Amino acid sequence: MHWLAQTQWFSGSIPGAGLKFHIAVTLILAKSREPQMISYGYHRYPGRLFVVEGTDGSGKSTQLALLYQWLKAEGYPVFFSEWNSSPLVKDTTRRAKKRRLFTPTTFSLLHATDFADRTERDIIPPLKAGAIVLADRYIYTAFARDVARGCDRAWVREIYKFAVKPTVGFFFRAPLDVAIDRIAAARPSLKYYEAGMDMGWADDEEESFKVFQGKILDEYDHMVSEFGLTQIDATQSIRTQQRQMREIVSRHLKEKLKEKVVLTG
Amino acid sequence: MKEIKSYGTALPGFDAEPYSGKLIVIEGTDGVGRSTHVALLRTSLESAGHAVLDTGMTRSVLAGRGIKNARAGNTLGSLTLQLYYATDFADRLEKEMLPALRAGFVVLTDRYIYSAIARAVVRGADPAWIRAIYGIAIVPDAVFYLRLRSTEELAARVLASGHGFDYWESGMDLHLGSDYYDSFVAYQKLLLREFDRMSGEYGFQMIDTGRPIRRVAAELRRAVKRVIGDEPVTESEEAPAAAPAANPDIKKVASTTPATTGQQESSG
Repeated sequence: MHWLAQTQWFSGSIPGAGLKFHIAVTLILAKSREPQMISYGYHRYPGRLFVVEGTDGSGKSTQLALLYQWLKAEGYPVFFSEWNSSPLVKDTTRRAKKRRLFTPTTFSLLHATDFADRTERDIIPPLKAGAIVLADRYIYTAFARDVARGCDRAWVREIYKFAVKPTVGFFFRAPLDVAIDRIAAARPSLKYYEAGMDMGWADDEEESFKVFQGKILDEYDHMVSEFGLTQIDATQSIRTQQRQMREIVSRHLKEKLKEKVVLTG
Repeated sequence: MKEIKSYGTALPGFDAEPYSGKLIVIEGTDGVGRSTHVALLRTSLESAGHAVLDTGMTRSVLAGRGIKNARAGNTLGSLTLQLYYATDFADRLEKEMLPALRAGFVVLTDRYIYSAIARAVVRGADPAWIRAIYGIAIVPDAVFYLRLRSTEELAARVLASGHGFDYWESGMDLHLGSDYYDSFVAYQKLLLREFDRMSGEYGFQMIDTGRPIRRVAAELRRAVKRVIGDEPVTESEEAPAAAPAANPDIKKVASTTPATTGQQESSG
């Protein structure tokens, strides 16, 4: 516990008596040791955080990779943070998927654990140092997926309250059939949880995946206005999407940020 | 049988149908004797013919090992740890505690959500946030809060147990003291304060453990009997005819425990 002393001086005079007085009031305040948890929207860091969201097959990872190359070439310090990447949680997740141990609640909580580690390790420190952080999938993925699995909307949002609000959250929107075709072309088979087979929506993996992705897309559509996501039409050409993305990102890269890099580089 | 209630947002697809089991929580700081008393209670309940499931923090199939590994390293942040505990809790709630309660077991849990809340709050987590996460928890049939006021004595008991001080139990991540002992004492004081705060909020039944183990055990046994409304399984069951309805005099009762309870104790 820190003790914080605050002294306030009050001065006054009594004109008739020609007296002047000064009173010092010292307040001893108990301050908690650790910084309190900072809630979504209240973090203030010199860096910038750009995240991409969208259903599987929307092309968001491709777009983020291109943005990364550009920012690096421009000389910015850039950090990349991926979904499901915490070294402390990875083994547990892998084992649980293999042995099918998850329920919607534990699936949600373990992913939140993973995300907390990413936040504490990969996101907040570089943002404090003034870097640009790029995240492939962010809290909105959890909101879409967990709610599609039946978790309570408000409960899931509350869990992630500690997350840093992104500078821009891009939502790459592809119609359902387009996304499903892209996935089918890229992957020979769907995994159990990826297809939402734990939910018993359909007997067949492909059918279940379609139901799941449909629910996820509905959730994303609701979140565009709720969280002010920037929607990009993912049916456009890759170059067109990238041009739009860079245009928006560059608006948030103040010269200040750039100068700092140029001077040190 | 009564309807199951959750503290907050219930589990998805939660079935509030009454269960026939009893959920009994043993809470308290480190070194207060929780595991000793859980073991004694288990023996006593089983000898009275009750099926018992005992569980405790970080024992889940899903996350137990992961938490252990994460705590062994030096990169575990506070938020990450709190959510890992929540994952562990949810797994045990859904896969162990609820099924056992529905099957009519007495579930004895060494710590419940209150330890997790206390640990999170002393580490700067938002109290409303951590409570909302644990809103999925069901309201137990009873919470026994084992309490020992002297943190120095807690430390002595931890040492006497032979395990020595643990990094996390000593709150070393909070940098409260220059060594394990100082840190343990300071950390347990903070936890005690949080537990005391929660006592009214969650209706803890406080049990002072600054007394001989057999006294405390006898008090707990009687209190648990009241909760599960014991009726003897066999004719020879030694359950007392009538347990005291209210408990203004638990200590008195405990000190005049009949010989039968003494026998149970020695078997634990």
